[in-house]
Amino acid sequence: MSGTMLNVGLDAAQLTEQRSKVLRGFARGDRAFSLTTLIACWTVVIILTGVMVALFRGALPAFQAFGWEFFISQRWSPPKEIFGGLPAIYGTLISSLIAMAIAMPIGLGIAIFLTETCPMALRKPIGIAVELLAGVPSIIYGIWGLFIFAPFLAEHVNPSLVKFFAPIPLLNALFANGSYGTNVLTASLILSIMIIPFISSVSRDVFETVPAVLKEAAYGLGCTTWEVVRKVVIPHTRVGVIGGGMLALGRALGETMAVTFVIGNAHRINPSFLDPGTTISATIANEFTEADPGLYSSTLFALGFILFVITFIVLAAARLMLMRIERRLGN
Amino acid sequence: MSATNMDMRLYASRKLRNTVMMTLCVAAAGIGLMWLALILGTLLFEGVTGVELKVFTEMTPPPGDSGGLLNAIVGSLFMTVLGTLLGTPIGILAGTYMAEYGRNSKLTMFVRFINDILLSAPSIVIGLFVYTILVAPHIEFAIPMPGKLFGGAIEIELGGHFSGLAGAVALAIIVIPVVVRTTEDMLNLVPVHLREAASALGMPRSLVIRHVAYRAARAGIITGVLLAVARISGETAPLLFTALNNQFWSLELNHPLANLPVVIFQYAMSPYEEWQRLAWVGALLITTAVLLLSIIARTLGTQRSKNG
Repeated sequence: MSGTMLNVGLDAAQLTEQRSKVLRGFARGDRAFSLTTLIACWTVVIILTGVMVALFRGALPAFQAFGWEFFISQRWSPPKEIFGGLPAIYGTLISSLIAMAIAMPIGLGIAIFLTETCPMALRKPIGIAVELLAGVPSIIYGIWGLFIFAPFLAEHVNPSLVKFFAPIPLLNALFANGSYGTNVLTASLILSIMIIPFISSVSRDVFETVPAVLKEAAYGLGCTTWEVVRKVVIPHTRVGVIGGGMLALGRALGETMAVTFVIGNAHRINPSFLDPGTTISATIANEFTEADPGLYSSTLFALGFILFVITFIVLAAARLMLMRIERRLGN
Repeated sequence: MSATNMDMRLYASRKLRNTVMMTLCVAAAGIGLMWLALILGTLLFEGVTGVELKVFTEMTPPPGDSGGLLNAIVGSLFMTVLGTLLGTPIGILAGTYMAEYGRNSKLTMFVRFINDILLSAPSIVIGLFVYTILVAPHIEFAIPMPGKLFGGAIEIELGGHFSGLAGAVALAIIVIPVVVRTTEDMLNLVPVHLREAASALGMPRSLVIRHVAYRAARAGIITGVLLAVARISGETAPLLFTALNNQFWSLELNHPLANLPVVIFQYAMSPYEEWQRLAWVGALLITTAVLLLSIIARTLGTQRSKNG
């Protein structure tokens, strides 16, 4: 009798000991796991900070050598080690702006079509097709642009553009000399094809957040579809649409391969969109592996740093805008 | 009478405007689909006419010669796998913190913002970053080994030149934000009841996450990883100054590694017809892989939402 009692007592003590051991193990495992996830979280922050620091450190010699003049100088002479960043910065901005001007209406048009008038059965396949366009790697756009699109434009489109704009002052300077296939306009067109899917998929998503009641009320008053879109859907989602547009702009500014193939890589600012130009990313992609260490490669880092700062601002603004619309949705 | 007339005119003009704008929207969709058809059509035509067995059995040729893409295909696969293996755990763990431990905390908000920036940051800039940490500096060190194992020490030499490892790290940096984003979103969708039920049974937090939350969100997380793989298999810009290219067969991580995107870039820009043909074939291979991956990811994603 007493023996079993003793045994049970011993077992209970052992059990408690065992249990507390297991629990301690659990607690340790818990702490280790949560710490690992926290470290992974900070890794993301460290990577972005690292990118910024590395670019700035690489860029410092060039900034010290050229100062503010780097932003306004057009000279690009590797043998003499004189570099100006203006043509690349100008090319980056102008090609992205032209691309946005083309892609924004088309992207919005696709989104309106998909959310308002498209037959239900077609919505999904067309939506997926447009999103597949977003998944095609940029080098594919580049090779297609170089071999197919640029020659086509040079042969069939550029001459008529030049002829059409010739009598119009100012515009004839923008569309002069269409003999090159690889030029700023070609790069902008390729960029616009690349960003259309981004704009349309973000816009479609925000258009779908408009409460059906609002649209039905407008239809009930006798509005046409276009009036509903213009007066109800777009005002209601303006922030999201602009945010999506800026996200696409961020893509266009940083896009490398598609542009490098077709922009012609000339370190000059030509007034005509039909002349070759260059962008920051195209300059880096073309020249980095051949640049001497020293001022040349530091200049390329400086351009990279400027690109990063520009896209950071654009992307941050886009995210803040999209966050605002998400928060409204949450409420 | 005139009032109704004016009403009718106004009505007609509104209707006309509606028809015009809606037609333009249909045209926009038509233009979008036309680009897709044009690009994929040319790619298919140019690529398929160039495909032959040699592409998969021979190395990249010297200028003017004929050959295949074997080393580039293998190098690309190798680097993509390595990049995914490096990036995925970090991405999943960071996403886990954001959805499980620090939901709605200030750190989570901050990291989400930073992660979104990283997600759309220009990939060429990431190439420059990895160049400065893994290609430019020359690092050499030895790990002492007990006894006579490996001759007393393992000597490790890193950097100083372009390498496949640097390429894989650059790709991993692109994988991380994609995986963080989807993991966080998918874990946020897991119902709280599941976690509460597991906790009520006495499961510690880390086991609840690993055995309950991960299992419930598995399809979504895999979708995210597949999308990340699709994204990096076509990335070119970050490889230009990290892995560079290699005309020969090599699987050594500390040396330049052949890869399809850079081969396509160099061959397409070259004046040799044979190289240009191979560039088209490479482009077709990459696009097929990327589109297949995104279609698989999408079907996985929709299956999940049907069940859930």
